[in-house]
Amino acid sequence: MGATAVAILEGLTKDQLKTDLPRLQIGDTLNVHCRIIEGQKERVQVFQGVLIARSGRGINEMIVVRRIVDNMGVERIFPINSPKIAKIEVLRHADARRAKLYFLRDRAGKSRRLRDKRRGLEVEVKTEPAAN
Amino acid sequence: MLLLGKKIGMTRVFNEEGASVPVTVLQVGPCVVTQVRTPDNDGYAAVQVGWGDAKPRRSTMATIAHDAKAGAGPKRFHREFRVPADKVGEFSLGQELTVAALEGSAYVDVTATSKGKGFQGTMKRHNFKGMFASHGTERKHRSPGSIASHATNRGHSGKLKKGKKMSGHMGAERVTLRSLDVVKLDPAQNLVIVKGPVPGANNGMVMVRPAVRLNRSKAKKVADAAKK
Repeated sequence: MGATAVAILEGLTKDQLKTDLPRLQIGDTLNVHCRIIEGQKERVQVFQGVLIARSGRGINEMIVVRRIVDNMGVERIFPINSPKIAKIEVLRHADARRAKLYFLRDRAGKSRRLRDKRRGLEVEVKTEPAAN
Repeated sequence: MLLLGKKIGMTRVFNEEGASVPVTVLQVGPCVVTQVRTPDNDGYAAVQVGWGDAKPRRSTMATIAHDAKAGAGPKRFHREFRVPADKVGEFSLGQELTVAALEGSAYVDVTATSKGKGFQGTMKRHNFKGMFASHGTERKHRSPGSIASHATNRGHSGKLKKGKKMSGHMGAERVTLRSLDVVKLDPAQNLVIVKGPVPGANNGMVMVRPAVRLNRSKAKKVADAAKK
């Protein structure tokens, strides 16, 4: 009956996809602004960290953002098309040579840093909790 | 009311609160009324619908002639649904039933054939716990354990009870899910979008009807909403 299954599914979710997302590359340092609803109030919380993986496509696309809080690695998985994600900002590009930066989980101290793409300089990727 | 269609696949939809809702997309209808059974003629009142174009070359002459009476080409599937005797007049031969018929139903029942799982053990088939992983268990970790004893609960026959849950063929059976939430109807593309999974593989035939009797939680929801 005309359209294929994939075309139908994509057509249904098309208008839910975000068009204003920046170009996200693996290794980028991001600010993810999440809408959080507490009772009646809504506020925005920013999660800053390194983009270590992305998976899925279309409406199912997810990103994994890793940061260090109190010397403890924290990873959050965001569905990037969710309306609960208010905004994603790219702070810095890094020189990543692979698609999944899972090796960062085993790194500690200085070796946790990724090389900055623009300047070719070693730049520390956020290790202190951001002052919210 | 019963509509035939096929399962397209699953995806997700974000609702007003921003929560992700898993949904199954069904392409349903348009179905053709291929026969109206009346008490006078057939002894009971029912409506037969056909769906899915079949190649004439692959259809029997009987099917071709039967569907031609309704002014349609041969259909792949035919299913009947019962209607009250006084309502049967609302249906006529050759009438087209589409998704629009589901308009106004917040809940639907979906019937389909589940995916075949082949011959399965009791752990997968009946959610048995199996045996210990250790404590001296050898080669029996997934076995069902004892199946009968003491003359099978004093029945004095010593035989197994009928219906004893054991290993065997699983899946590929008719399953009806009741009271699925209708997330969206798309009459232009003949789509019904329901919340949650639906039995069977993608492209499998499904039957959709307005919910006949709501399950307890949904019925409560409707009653609560009515109170307000």
